[in-house]
Amino acid sequence: MDVLKTTLPYIISGISVGGQYALIAIGYTMVYGILRLINFAHGDVFMVAGLMMVYLAASLPLYLAIPLVIILTVLLGFTIERVAYKPLRTAPRMSVMISAIGVSYLLQNLALYITGGLNKNYPAIPWISDRISIFGMETSRVTVITPFLTIILVFLLVQLINHTKIGMAMRAVSRDFETSQLMGIQINRVISATFIIGTFLAAVGSILFFTNYPGVVPTSGAMPGLKAFVAAVFGGIGSIPGAVIGAFIIGIAESIIKGLDTILIVNGVIDEQIGLATFSDAFTFVLLIIILVFKPTGLFGEKSTDKV
Amino acid sequence: MTETRNKKGAWIAFISVLAFLAVVFALDQMIKPTDSLGMLLIVLQKGSVYALAAVSMNLLNGYTGLFSLGHAGFMLLGAYTYAIFTIPDKYRDSVYQYFDAAIRFSIPEVLSRHMGGFGTALGVFIALVLAGLVAAFMAWLIGLPVLRLKSDYLAIATLGFAEIIRAVFQWSKLGPVTNGSNLLKNFARASKFKLEIGDLKLSLSTFVPVLIATVCITLIVLIVNSTYGRAFKAIRDDEIAAEAMGINLAKHKMISFVTSSFFAGIAGATLAMVLSIAQANNFKSAMTYEILLMVVLGGIGSITGSVIGSMLFVAASEWWLRGLDSGKFLGIEAPNIFRNGFRLVVFSVIIMIVVLFFREGIMGEKELPDLFKKKKKAPAKEAQS
Repeated sequence: MDVLKTTLPYIISGISVGGQYALIAIGYTMVYGILRLINFAHGDVFMVAGLMMVYLAASLPLYLAIPLVIILTVLLGFTIERVAYKPLRTAPRMSVMISAIGVSYLLQNLALYITGGLNKNYPAIPWISDRISIFGMETSRVTVITPFLTIILVFLLVQLINHTKIGMAMRAVSRDFETSQLMGIQINRVISATFIIGTFLAAVGSILFFTNYPGVVPTSGAMPGLKAFVAAVFGGIGSIPGAVIGAFIIGIAESIIKGLDTILIVNGVIDEQIGLATFSDAFTFVLLIIILVFKPTGLFGEKSTDKV
Repeated sequence: MTETRNKKGAWIAFISVLAFLAVVFALDQMIKPTDSLGMLLIVLQKGSVYALAAVSMNLLNGYTGLFSLGHAGFMLLGAYTYAIFTIPDKYRDSVYQYFDAAIRFSIPEVLSRHMGGFGTALGVFIALVLAGLVAAFMAWLIGLPVLRLKSDYLAIATLGFAEIIRAVFQWSKLGPVTNGSNLLKNFARASKFKLEIGDLKLSLSTFVPVLIATVCITLIVLIVNSTYGRAFKAIRDDEIAAEAMGINLAKHKMISFVTSSFFAGIAGATLAMVLSIAQANNFKSAMTYEILLMVVLGGIGSITGSVIGSMLFVAASEWWLRGLDSGKFLGIEAPNIFRNGFRLVVFSVIIMIVVLFFREGIMGEKELPDLFKKKKKAPAKEAQS
């Protein structure tokens, strides 16, 4: 019982972080499913969405700022695809990946220039950043909302993929790029739609994510981005449910490791802090390497039904 | 591509490298770091370190076709190994102020007790080789599971390993060895290197890093031109065909990975030597990306290109484009636009243009000796490829 009581707060915040990662991970997994490209810039798009919110909320009321942030982020994702990836459609995969790294570098430097490298305080969004108490512990409302919102959005997305024309086109393109082109599917439109959906979810994820953090810096997108990618690989890249489950596992594991010192001390396993929290980021990659070595296709990699 | 390197071109390349070393040595004596041209020395020092890092990455990414993003991790291993083994005893306690230092000897110091000045140089050399070996050993361990993975999976797994290495080095429990997340300093650093012959004092602070980089890059060139190098290229061009030709894929991939990491370790050590500090937090994945962009700038698959690419990269970001950050550039004064960070924005736009429109980079797949070939041969080569 003691174990559960000390661990529970970390699990709850882990589920919340996992939900935020899930929203980013879907963008990675969809783009990879179609283009076979690790979109290194995705994490930075997420960071830019955070920065836009900081600047827009300073001059606009929130009910205008939030939709505007989402629209602008989607536009950014669309533009990146058209400018940086589309010209390289026939180039080797390595070139596209390098282009993605270049975009990531550009976005980070642009953010550095605009913010002057300072930490920008994220605006408090009323209601969702209110403090509430559940199971006797204090937390903000966003922690509770995130997992539910994530599940709802994922459900809608799966419906879109399974029951609409564009969803069918996405599935076809991810199965066979060239054949679907021959069947009359307009590849560029499908790819743009993928990027639009991916960046939309990343924008929503960024609002939820940064509400829980003190601020946005130009590198704040890098780590969540990498972790979300790992989540996508963990769950089996190309599979949306896989990405979501992977993201929740990684979020919970990260959160527990952050508090592992405290948990172990309370339960009498160790006597003093041993700094295990240093490994909260690294553990994600340990998981990645374990899964790549033992099941390179990821948890749900072989299932092709939900592939995008 | 046929392997007919023209002898004359090779000689000219060799002589121009020697001439370059002589010029660097002379510059080292003529320019003081405080001069207005002192920037040139810094560019040469950092540029040569990054050139070595870029060439070693090119060996893996450009020549063997293994897309690995773990370079920063191996450089970190090299930098820390070098730093830990060259901190003189009297500085140990001030460097490890929060920990009880576990390793209490400095190789250059121990050797200089017996052999004087030569011992110091030998000690630095041994520490450098050790730095490379530690990185290479780690690469071997990592390579066992990871090298089985294909392109992007390999990239992300090596990136992950670099992050794990960084986390381990920052762990407070390893503080007695790595100093936790605090920086290492006071070890044998480039700014202290000099040669004293009687009354003559010669500064070597730029010459030594450039020499290390030159020697290592020469070794890499020799590897690339050997049978191993040809096997690497065969693997890059077509794995299945290479295997059918009798090339042991696992073995050659491992050789390429370990060699590349060995030189990355030395590059890391030299970087620590040049910067005078070593801190795990500097070796983030952003460093790997920068090195990758240098390789791309110079042309993937060209060693000369990597060297030119990294020299230009460092010169542009440290020196030529400085004005973009401080309000005045090319005589235009616009403090509102040319403020902190603008340099990097311009710079990343240039890189994006290269990535999108000049995919060959500066050199494509050409090398220094190729530049001295007769012009008429060039079209024939293009027709072949």
